[in-house]
Amino acid sequence: MDQHELHVTVNGESHLLSCQPDAPLLDVLRHELGLSGPRFGCGLGLCGACFVLIDGEPRSSCDFPAWAADGRQVTTVEGLLDGDTLDAVQQAFLDEQAAQCGYCTSGMVVSAVALLRGNPSPTEQEVREALDGNLCRCGAHRRVIGAVMKAASEAAGRAAG
Amino acid sequence: MSESLPATLAANPLLAVWLDFTEPGVVTIRSGKVEYGQGVWTALCQIAAEELDVELARVRIAPVSTATSPDEGITSGSRSIEESGSALRQACAQARSAFLSTASDLLGTDLSALAVADGEITDGGARTGLSYWSMSGRGLLDRAAGEPRPAKAPARWSVAGRSVPRIDLPDKVTGRPRFLHDLVLPGMRYGRVVRPPGPAAVLLSPGDPPLPAGVLVVRDGSFLGAVAPTDRMALAAAAALAKAASWQLTASLPDEHDLRGFLLAGPAQTVIVDEQHDQRAAAAVTRTLTAEFTRPFLAHASMAPSCGIACWDEGQVTVWSHTQGPFALRGAIATGLGLAPGRVTVNHVEGAGAYGHNGADDAAMDAVLLARAVPGHPVRVLWRREDEMSWAPLGPAMLARVSAGLDAGGRIASWRQDVWSNGFIGRPGTGGEPRLLALAHRAGGQPISPSADGPPTGAMGSTRNAVPGYDIADRVVVRHRLLTMPIRTSSLRSLGAFLNVFAIESVMDELAAVAGADPLAFRLAHLSDPRGRRVLEQAAELAGWATRPAGADGTGYGLGYARYKGTSGYCAAVARVEAETEVRLTHLWLAVDVGRIINPDGVINQVEGGAIQSASWALRERVRFDRTRITSVNWDSYPILRFTDVPQVEVRLVDAPGERETGAGEVAQGPVAGAIGNAVADAVGARVRDLPLSRDQVARAIADS
Repeated sequence: MDQHELHVTVNGESHLLSCQPDAPLLDVLRHELGLSGPRFGCGLGLCGACFVLIDGEPRSSCDFPAWAADGRQVTTVEGLLDGDTLDAVQQAFLDEQAAQCGYCTSGMVVSAVALLRGNPSPTEQEVREALDGNLCRCGAHRRVIGAVMKAASEAAGRAAG
Repeated sequence: MSESLPATLAANPLLAVWLDFTEPGVVTIRSGKVEYGQGVWTALCQIAAEELDVELARVRIAPVSTATSPDEGITSGSRSIEESGSALRQACAQARSAFLSTASDLLGTDLSALAVADGEITDGGARTGLSYWSMSGRGLLDRAAGEPRPAKAPARWSVAGRSVPRIDLPDKVTGRPRFLHDLVLPGMRYGRVVRPPGPAAVLLSPGDPPLPAGVLVVRDGSFLGAVAPTDRMALAAAAALAKAASWQLTASLPDEHDLRGFLLAGPAQTVIVDEQHDQRAAAAVTRTLTAEFTRPFLAHASMAPSCGIACWDEGQVTVWSHTQGPFALRGAIATGLGLAPGRVTVNHVEGAGAYGHNGADDAAMDAVLLARAVPGHPVRVLWRREDEMSWAPLGPAMLARVSAGLDAGGRIASWRQDVWSNGFIGRPGTGGEPRLLALAHRAGGQPISPSADGPPTGAMGSTRNAVPGYDIADRVVVRHRLLTMPIRTSSLRSLGAFLNVFAIESVMDELAAVAGADPLAFRLAHLSDPRGRRVLEQAAELAGWATRPAGADGTGYGLGYARYKGTSGYCAAVARVEAETEVRLTHLWLAVDVGRIINPDGVINQVEGGAIQSASWALRERVRFDRTRITSVNWDSYPILRFTDVPQVEVRLVDAPGERETGAGEVAQGPVAGAIGNAVADAVGARVRDLPLSRDQVARAIADS
């Protein structure tokens, strides 16, 4: 099969890769770049476990063709860290113990970060809607919503202070 | 009378199996219980830190491996804290005592003056220079556990009994490798399995599709798979094989629209689970209510499709699996392949939440078979989502028929409950059979026999919690286990408790209405157990039960209660719904008493999660199938509750420090189902007895009322 050439920036680092025409972005992230944060859940973009930011927009990577990421900026959950410092959303997930098995956590963190970048003080309903593409089977929803609200209010507190 | 050792410590008595001080400043503990998101490892570390008098940060827990860990059976049934916690606590108490005793000899100091401060031995508060680590070379752990020693009194606890952050979450919020799915071993190859198009399908011919160089095809009877250098190649090869293969399909599945007919048609094994006759009470019955309740087949629907890795080397096989029972899996693989168990090693690596017996063990067996094609290379098999939803064992469809009699005074005088279901006990090794999918599909493989259901008690199988926890003088509970299994079933969180408590709590409300009593007062009038009464009262208080608005205006409140297994944790739940035909669950309030608690926030997390999952089962979930195959194979055809659907959940822990520890992960399943059912009945004025409480079922119940 013909290989596609792919020039993509992942977590701030630019990569020149080749991929098969049917390879999803998730495959490239996990198998070529060794990133474990985006996770395979369903293969059809229905569960959110593989969410990444593509040019800042949260999107499933399991059904996003890798070739279509050419020339784009991709951010995974790993890319949200600033050195060893967690993003406010990641920290809030820890503070609120907002996970059980944690398999879906990276996708949720990505969705929540995207929400807060566009809407720094969302209502609870807006948080629920922003995370609606992320499934959780363990039932940690209440804590996740709480964590996102907390990250938002702390950011607002810092901005006011 | 001396107490006996905790059972899993007695079975694995060598202290060195449980504890290791080799690494300076670090305590390594080993348990046979696995972590899958329930937070058990954090709680076990707390127990060890407490008993050894070391800081929690020093305690590490080793991954479970059949090569090094104590065999503590399956991680299931909410027994980990009770079993592994007790064993570790006792092992630590004995280790601490052995070290202090040796220190006393070495120092020539009276034992009573010695203590431990963060692992250092102190004499009258002063450091002695001795520690667990400085004495670790003395072989003090190379001894069997002796007579049980008293453990530290909970009143003196400083690490256990407090909420601490889970040790596994930092990796999970940053996306670091943690799951089996993330494990990449040197020389690893990728395998994919082509499953038959239905449970009874037989492979006639694999066809001969063109495949790229480097792809190996493995075929053994109806087991068909491919091994390739990359996962993408293996997936493509499996797709090509699936397209080329020809199968003989058989219409082996029941009619999904007539589960009642399927369940009652038999053949079934009928056993009495509980029987208590009181002729006077039975004779006093003036009014009898009989009703049937059903649940459909339910999927574990883990967020991660199952994964397994295996590597053969000189007749030995090493397996990496997210199984809940590494030792049972080892035995099943060995039995299935005719190997000595010593030739199989199973290493546990975390997977996503399992909620019972999912595809983990089967994926491991797939890897074992495919890896034989490339000795020396680990082969990693990942299931597709579609395989997880249709080939992992399911929670069985069930029917519970309740017949309850009230006396003239409005008290329950008699109760009979009959439960029809396939068995819940089908893990690898049950009944001495390996019970692994790939083995059944091999040439000459035997179909997996109908699942068992455990001893006929209120704690086991489909009749778990079928014995009402209320004071009822005359009662009979009967189990009818189906002896055919067209759809493979096994354990799913809380086993039969989910439907049995739904049925019992629905009938309790219906009886209360007949008796003209408030649902809370009616339950309390039949409940003498003070711990049960307390959770009911506390949940009602939390929910504002006494001042709730009257129902049937599209808003409803409902109550549900059970003591899990009849012997474990207590839980009461109040649900609030808004419903005309579509049910919107807005609130759940829960009170739980799980005895002594190690990590309160961990318990709350488990109860919240159990409550939301139970709500999802009750409101949304139903495995779909036609006569040849499962058709609900992804999230669009098997919807679960989403962020915009989930209720507010509030959990109150009822303090019971003097009571033995019990699990928390399954206490909410039954009570929440009962509470939601009762809230829906309160809101719409009609009783829905068939789960899920979908728009169609609610509309049907309203039409029938």
